[in-house]
Amino acid sequence: MSKVLLDIRNLKVSFFTPAGEVKAVNDVSFSINEGDVLGIVGESGSGKSVTAYSIMGLIPFPGKIVGGTIDFNGHRINDMTEKELRSMRGNEVSIIFQDPMTSLNPVYTIGNQIKEVILLHTNLNRKQANERAIELLKLVGINEPEKRMKQYPHELSGGMRQRVMIAIALACEPKLLIADEPTTALDVTIQAQIMELMTELKNKINMAIILITHDLGIVSRMCEKIIVMYGGKIMEQGTIDDIFYNPKHEYTKGLLRSIPKLTAKEHEKLIPIEGTPVDMLNPPAGCPFAPRCKKCMKICLKKMPEYTKISDTHYSACWLLQKEEYEKSTGVIKGE
Amino acid sequence: MSDMAKTENMINNKGTHPLVEVKNLKQYFPISEGLFKKRYVKAVDDVSFYINKGETLGLVGESGCGKTTTGRTILRLYEPTGGRIFYDGQDITHVDMMSYRRKMQIVFQDPYASLNPRMTIGDIIGEPIDIHKLASSKKERREKIISLLEKVGLNSEHANRFPHEFSGGQRQRVGIARALAVDPEFIVCDEPVSALDVSIQAQIINMFEELQEEMGLTYLFIAHDLSVVKHISDRIGVMYLGKLVELADSYELVFHSVHPYTKSLISAIPIPDPNTSRTSKRIILEGDVPSPLNPPSGCRFRTRCPYADKLCAEEEPKFREVGSGHFAACHHLEKIS
Repeated sequence: MSKVLLDIRNLKVSFFTPAGEVKAVNDVSFSINEGDVLGIVGESGSGKSVTAYSIMGLIPFPGKIVGGTIDFNGHRINDMTEKELRSMRGNEVSIIFQDPMTSLNPVYTIGNQIKEVILLHTNLNRKQANERAIELLKLVGINEPEKRMKQYPHELSGGMRQRVMIAIALACEPKLLIADEPTTALDVTIQAQIMELMTELKNKINMAIILITHDLGIVSRMCEKIIVMYGGKIMEQGTIDDIFYNPKHEYTKGLLRSIPKLTAKEHEKLIPIEGTPVDMLNPPAGCPFAPRCKKCMKICLKKMPEYTKISDTHYSACWLLQKEEYEKSTGVIKGE
Repeated sequence: MSDMAKTENMINNKGTHPLVEVKNLKQYFPISEGLFKKRYVKAVDDVSFYINKGETLGLVGESGCGKTTTGRTILRLYEPTGGRIFYDGQDITHVDMMSYRRKMQIVFQDPYASLNPRMTIGDIIGEPIDIHKLASSKKERREKIISLLEKVGLNSEHANRFPHEFSGGQRQRVGIARALAVDPEFIVCDEPVSALDVSIQAQIINMFEELQEEMGLTYLFIAHDLSVVKHISDRIGVMYLGKLVELADSYELVFHSVHPYTKSLISAIPIPDPNTSRTSKRIILEGDVPSPLNPPSGCRFRTRCPYADKLCAEEEPKFREVGSGHFAACHHLEKIS
């Protein structure tokens, strides 16, 4: 059993906007072991990115962590000063953002931006840092690294830039890499290259990855565990087999039914989730999914259900499961 | 029936003339370099296909492959550099488009950018009605708007609201209602669901299908997501760097593709099914798409193609029929299969 690397308990993050408090993340708990790949899926506004940013201490104004704890590798992130956070970012935890076009600084060369991280976090001198940067570019599969070191971001394609971002993120061999929609802005053939690269590197330096995405295909290819979020809450979590072959939450089921399948041999009508995304300024009192849920009961609108344990790895928050809890035997994983 | 629509290389399988047809369509965009030098981005280069009435043709490809430009050029939102466009048998390459705008409409990708934020939903949908003088009185105009709103799953209350009050999925519904306002026959759907969340995507896709059935619409459905395109289309064309590389019936294309680019594109798509992901073999293409300013000689895909040889660099492959209604442009099809 590998060691717990990150443990988040009852995390609450709110944004205090002029229109009122937005509870972007509302009572979220999960943990990751060393070397795990965890996928967080959800729609826009479900709180998946905010959850990940809070691990880095990167919640933008007017957001604030209003409750809960984040323990990473033995220290509590909530209590850290800005200085301590800075020495952790890029060193022990790194992040890759969605848009490789805007997350590199356009007025510095690629080499400069990679070396910055190395010089900041290690004791290497300039020459050694230079060598390390070239080594990193080779690692992420960029040809002619010496030449690329002197180039500016605009001279590279989208896929190349995302590779540079990964090189920067991996410069100090972090224990945890947060990838926020790392391939959404890229074409499928480039996306396949980047996913292949991330899997390869993960095995090489044994880092854990949190992959934030809305694409269930990417999750099923890369992750071992999945968290499904909706309206700032975790609806269901489990291994990929739990979620894809034995979904318990109505939202997860709806999500799986609503995606067109490339492998389908004949035309199957999609079954969409009716309704509109939850209004985070006026969320429902109970389960955030209740207004769109076909099996919504009275209690769903009033109170958020507790998590029902389906197996050691599989949890889901739904009143229907609470109802069935005693009738159902736990610990059986279907899907084989 | 006009004879003009008859093509030498492609014959409509129903024996009638297709609703929309393009022949050797070219769209070059000039890029000025210095005072007298001009270079061209060949966004669409010699593309031919047809769309039958009531059919959905899907166009897929990566960014910059020319799929959107093709769609816009068909509507003459860009003046074509070369080639011809036919609508219902008539050559519309150089005619006044006003009367055709009633028959041919477009739904744009970005539901946030394609609606005027200062206009109410009612006025956005009412604008085409005004332009084409489709309502004789204010009352009739209002009735038309409400019936359109209802058709796309909104209601009359929404007519007085502004775009910012709506979610992405609802805005896309407004965009569709606007396109339907003139009672068109043909709609170019330019990545209409790409900006939407998965759970909303399915609502919109289903709506496109229902509207087609109800109104007998013909679609050109442009998207980069092959799973979506396959779901909605009867036939699919795959584009790469301004060229059509393969065209076939959707199932044929997904399960029996012959072109090496299509094959790698399909294998690169992550399938949301863990067991498939574990066992499926992936063809990872090396490198990036070359610049359309300076495309490779011969076959444009050769720089990334695992089968490329000397012939591919020298000669451009012909777009030829390899099975019934299945076309592909590659020198080495026999070798690959």
